[in-house]
Amino acid sequence: MSLYSRSGRPRPSGSRRELVLWYLMRITGLALFVLALAHYLILHFVFDPAEQNVAFITDARWSQLFWRALDWTLLMLVLFHAFIGVRTVVVDYVHGPRRRRAVIWSLYAIAAAVFVLGTSVVMTLPSPAMN
Amino acid sequence: MLFRYRGREGMLAWAFHRISGVAIWAFVVLHVVDIYLVGGDPKAYDTILQVYASLPGRIAEMLLGAALLYHALNGLRIILMDLWPAMTRYHRALWYGSWVVFTGVGLPVAYEIMAPVFGWTQFFR
Repeated sequence: MSLYSRSGRPRPSGSRRELVLWYLMRITGLALFVLALAHYLILHFVFDPAEQNVAFITDARWSQLFWRALDWTLLMLVLFHAFIGVRTVVVDYVHGPRRRRAVIWSLYAIAAAVFVLGTSVVMTLPSPAMN
Repeated sequence: MLFRYRGREGMLAWAFHRISGVAIWAFVVLHVVDIYLVGGDPKAYDTILQVYASLPGRIAEMLLGAALLYHALNGLRIILMDLWPAMTRYHRALWYGSWVVFTGVGLPVAYEIMAPVFGWTQFFR
C-alpha cells in the first residue's frame, strides 16, 4: 500500500505555519470547487463568449453588487490557492535558500500586482445600470 | 517519462494535478490583466474577447475547462483521502471514478463551447 503515492501533499507536522497553509489549501480548494467551476460554466457555457464585451460586463454582470462581490471573493480565493500552490512547486524544484527566497518573493510581488489590478477594477468600474 | 516511470496512477494523478494547477495559475494572472482592461482600455478588451470566440480561442477554453475540471475532481479525491485515510486504499478506483465524472460532465460542455463555430445545434443556450 505505502508503495503508492496518495497524490496529495502529506500533512506537515514540523511547522505550525505550514500546517495552517495546508488546511487553508483544502478549505479554499473546496470553495473553489463550487465557485470556480460555476464561474467557468456561467461565462463559457451559459453565455457564449461571442456575446460578451465591455457592455456585457458593465450592463449585465457588474451592474449588480452581488456579482461584483462574488467575483471579488473568487479572486481572493483563487489568488491564495494559486500562489500558495505554485509556492509549493517552487519549494520542490528551486533549491538553495537565496534563489528560493528570490523566486518566492517575486511570486508574492506578482500576487500583489494581480490583487491590486483585480480589486481596483471590480470596485471602481462604472456601471450605468447600477443604482 | 511520466508513463514509463513506475509510479502508476498515484504518480500520474499527482503530476496531472501539478501541471493543471500551474496552467490555471498562469491563466488566472492573464485573466485578471484582461479584466483590468475593461476599465483601463475597453477597446483593447473587446478585441481580446474576440479571440475567446474564435476557433483557437475555443480550443484553448476547452483545455482550460479540462484543466479546471481535472484539478477540481482530483482535489476532491485528495481532500477525501486526507479526511478519511482509509480511502487511500481505493485511491486508484477514486482516480478512475474522477475520470468517469470528467468525461460525463466535460463532453457536453465541450460540445456546447464548440457548437457555434461549426453551426451545430446548441442544446443548452
